[in-house]
Amino acid sequence: MTAALDALAIRKHFPIFDREIDGQPIVYLDSANTSQKPREVIDAMSSFMETAYAPINRSAYRLAAEATDAYEGARAKVRRFINAPHAREVVFTKNATESLNLVASSWGRTNLRTGDVVVLTHMEHHANIVPWHMLAAERGIELRWVPLTVDGQLDLTELPALLDGAKAFSFTAMSNVLGTITPVRQLCDAAHAAGAIAIVDACQYVPHNVTDVQAWDADFVAFSSHKMVGPSGIGVLWGREELLDAMPPFLGGGNMIVDVRLDGYTPAELPAKFEAGTPPITEAVGLGAAVDFLESIGMPSVRQHELAVAGYALRTLTERFGDDITIHGPTDVEVRGATFSFGFRGIHPHDLSQVLDQRNVCVRAGHHCAKPLMKILGAPATARASFYLYNDESEVDLLADALDSATDIFDFLT
Amino acid sequence: MPGLDDLYREIILDHYRTPRNRGELPPPAAHAVGHNPLCGDEIDVYLQVDAGVVTDVKVGGQGCSISQSSASMMSQAVKGKSLAEVKALVRRFKGMMSIVTEDLQAPDDASELDDEEVKLGDLEALQGVVKFPVRIKCATLAWNTLLDALELSRTS
Repeated sequence: MTAALDALAIRKHFPIFDREIDGQPIVYLDSANTSQKPREVIDAMSSFMETAYAPINRSAYRLAAEATDAYEGARAKVRRFINAPHAREVVFTKNATESLNLVASSWGRTNLRTGDVVVLTHMEHHANIVPWHMLAAERGIELRWVPLTVDGQLDLTELPALLDGAKAFSFTAMSNVLGTITPVRQLCDAAHAAGAIAIVDACQYVPHNVTDVQAWDADFVAFSSHKMVGPSGIGVLWGREELLDAMPPFLGGGNMIVDVRLDGYTPAELPAKFEAGTPPITEAVGLGAAVDFLESIGMPSVRQHELAVAGYALRTLTERFGDDITIHGPTDVEVRGATFSFGFRGIHPHDLSQVLDQRNVCVRAGHHCAKPLMKILGAPATARASFYLYNDESEVDLLADALDSATDIFDFLT
Repeated sequence: MPGLDDLYREIILDHYRTPRNRGELPPPAAHAVGHNPLCGDEIDVYLQVDAGVVTDVKVGGQGCSISQSSASMMSQAVKGKSLAEVKALVRRFKGMMSIVTEDLQAPDDASELDDEEVKLGDLEALQGVVKFPVRIKCATLAWNTLLDALELSRTS
């Protein structure tokens, strides 16, 4: 039995929610964009900088050894959090975007030739599209796309044909626009059956669900710290050791070598091979604290809470607004997270978010870095409300009330 | 915090509700497309320039109330104006948006107009946008696209 999560108690850990704007609390519904930070993360980073900050991996004094332990300790926590076999397979990057660029650049340039096929899906974030476009322009690789069903899931009917002859299948585990959770294990199996590797953009998935890269049987998994109550500036690429070992370095510089000569260099072992230069040390400590925080609550509880909030949001918004609201993505909460892109009474999302801001309701408006998907949805822009462990049902009601107030200004659109 | 009344003035909503000069112009009219990469808004500006005068202008595309009303008002304001008047108008409008336009600085050339000689008219209603800095890009999208169309008509 998964323990119920007390969102109000959790909110107390997040100092930003003590703040009021115009005398009203903040209704933060933009966690799919970036999440807020708990006191535990803030304190861990402050404390590290106040008492233990030093370079890592390159100095003999005790302070530097302590800092190195703290940095590697964070890697060990991340390994456990995603059930990776080895800590050396956990590479710290800047964010999920850099992780995906690392794979496209290093694995892609080594393994892809003109005419080779990479399969993507119509619900990818630009971070899992543009690096492949860049490679296509350079290498002449072919990109194929898995389409969507009408309710915003992946349409897998033609998947074997799309994967036929493909070298890589790179897909999201959860859409940042539709909230759709994809069948990652099934997609990895399909990729492998076709002889392709499976690359998972888990940026929206890891903060909200139990992640087990071995149960997925994935080859690469990318995600960001800042969406999982950790700091910005650090992200993760997990990859199978044999794949990472066979790849050339991504960026060159300090830390990533064992030897540099006038006539060449020898790269370091994993994971240093992919961590050129001074890494985000304090941010790694913060990410480690974020993992501790999420584990103290329990990811099954986080998912269960978000299922309840997602179900309440779907019911409430549909009951109150009927045909006036268009919620994109699955109606079955079992295959979606608590991220909702929507259109409302013909009001442009920018105007909508401006009106909601009068009540401190923070939602994203725009194309969500997924322009191909927006084109398919036929909506150049949507508003997006995304809920996390510190949100609860009462904020769904506040969102609905705020939406109603938008009609006062834009009544001529309906 | 500034109220929404400062932003959504009645005249802005009127232009949003009933946009002026919507449509397209066939070549040889210049056609420029402007994007707001933050929100996905797109604006098409078609510009017919004859003997140094904007004889016709049409606007297409989609966007929020601010970008659409600004485009509508822009089309009204530049139609029938000389190129010198249009440039002065762009300078005045961008000045109102607190944007200094170096490439549009009035040169010493005596044939250029003093900015104060052009009237903003309805465009004054967009003054309130400055209080909402995020929306300045919405208001200026049509104007930057107009500049692109002017450049295209000059070079074609």
